[in-house]
Amino acid sequence: MRSRALLGTVLVGLALGAGWAVSQERTASVGRVPKPVIAPGQGDKCVEPTDFMRRNHMQVLMFHRDRTVREGIRTPRHSLKGCVECHAGASTGTVAGNEGDFCQSCHAYAAVSIDCFECHATRPREAVAGARKP
Amino acid sequence: MRATGEARRQFLAAAGGAVAALTLAPGVLLLAPAHGRAPDQPATGKVRWGLLVDTTKCASACADCVSACNRENGLSGRTGPTDAQWIRKIDLKHLRSGRQASLPMMCQHCAAPPCVDVCPTGASFKRADGIVLVDKHICIGCRYCMMACPYKARSLVHEPVTGQNPDVPRGKGTVESCTLCVHRVDRGELPACVAACAAAGHRAIVFGDLNDPASEIAQRVARHPSLQVRADLGLDPGVRYQGI
Repeated sequence: MRSRALLGTVLVGLALGAGWAVSQERTASVGRVPKPVIAPGQGDKCVEPTDFMRRNHMQVLMFHRDRTVREGIRTPRHSLKGCVECHAGASTGTVAGNEGDFCQSCHAYAAVSIDCFECHATRPREAVAGARKP
Repeated sequence: MRATGEARRQFLAAAGGAVAALTLAPGVLLLAPAHGRAPDQPATGKVRWGLLVDTTKCASACADCVSACNRENGLSGRTGPTDAQWIRKIDLKHLRSGRQASLPMMCQHCAAPPCVDVCPTGASFKRADGIVLVDKHICIGCRYCMMACPYKARSLVHEPVTGQNPDVPRGKGTVESCTLCVHRVDRGELPACVAACAAAGHRAIVFGDLNDPASEIAQRVARHPSLQVRADLGLDPGVRYQGI
C-alpha cells in the first residue's frame, strides 16, 4: 500500500516536471511562433485602444448588439457594421472569408470560430451593392 | 494620413452630424427629421408604428411593395415552401357579390403578439414602439412562432445566406418576418414597401405613428373606416386595411 502511494507521488512529480519543462520551452520559442497577419484598418486609430479591443471586442459587440436589436440604439461607435467598414481588406473587400482578412486571420490563429458572419455581411454596403451587379 | 483621419471622423459622426447641420440653436431645428430620433436614444412606448393599407388603391397585378421588400432585405423573391417571404400580395373575392380586392399581407405588428407569447427563448419580442422582431442571436429556429402566427407572416431561413444587406442580417436556422424596415425607420425613413408604393404613384400604404393624433395615419384611421384582419382574435394589429 505504501509503495503504491510512493509510486503515485513519483508519477505526479514526473508529470509536473514535464509540464514545467514544456512551458519553459514555449516561453523560450515564442519568437518562432507564427503570428497572425493583421492588416491595419482605415483611419488612424480604432474606436478603443488596440490592446483593449484584442481582449474585449466580443463583449463590446455583444453589449452593443443587445442595445441595437432590443432598444434600437444605433450609435456607429461599437457597431459591427462600423468594424466591417473600417477593417474590410483592401484587396478582398471583406473582413472574413479569405485567409488574410482582418477577422479571419486572428480567429484562425486562435482557433475560434466566428459566428457573426453566418448572418452579418462581411462587406461594407457599397461593396455588397457592387458584388450583386453581374 | 489626414484624409483617412477625416474619413474616420465622418464615420463616427455619420448620423449625428446630419442633424447638427440643421440645428440653428439648441432646441431650434431648421428641418426636423420626419420621425427619426437620435441614434443614441432608445425606442419609446410613446410611439406606435403602424401601416394603413388602402385596398381601393392597390391593384391586383401590382407587386411593387413585394419587390421593394425583397430588394431591401435581400430576399430571393422565390415563393417555394422553403423560401422566405416577408410580404405577399393576396387577392380577395366576395363570393356572392363578386367584388374583388387586393392587398399586401405581412407581419401585422400586433400589440399582443402570439409569436412572442410562445417563443421559448425570448427571441421573438416586441420593441417599445410596437415593432415585432426576432432577435436572431437567440432564435433557435424551433418555429413555434410560425405556428402561432394567425397571419402566416413568418418564415424560416432554410439555406445558408450570403451577400446580405449590412443593415439586414439574415442567416440559416433562424425565423424572420417583416421588420417594418426597422433599420430605415430608425434613420427616419419610410419602410421600403411604403416608399416603393409612393414612388410608383399608388400611395396605397401609409406609414406613421398611430399614437400621434397629428400624423396622417392617425387622422385617416380616425376619419375613415378601417379594420384589422382577424380583429376577433384581440391581438390589436398595427397594420390596418381600408376598403375590405
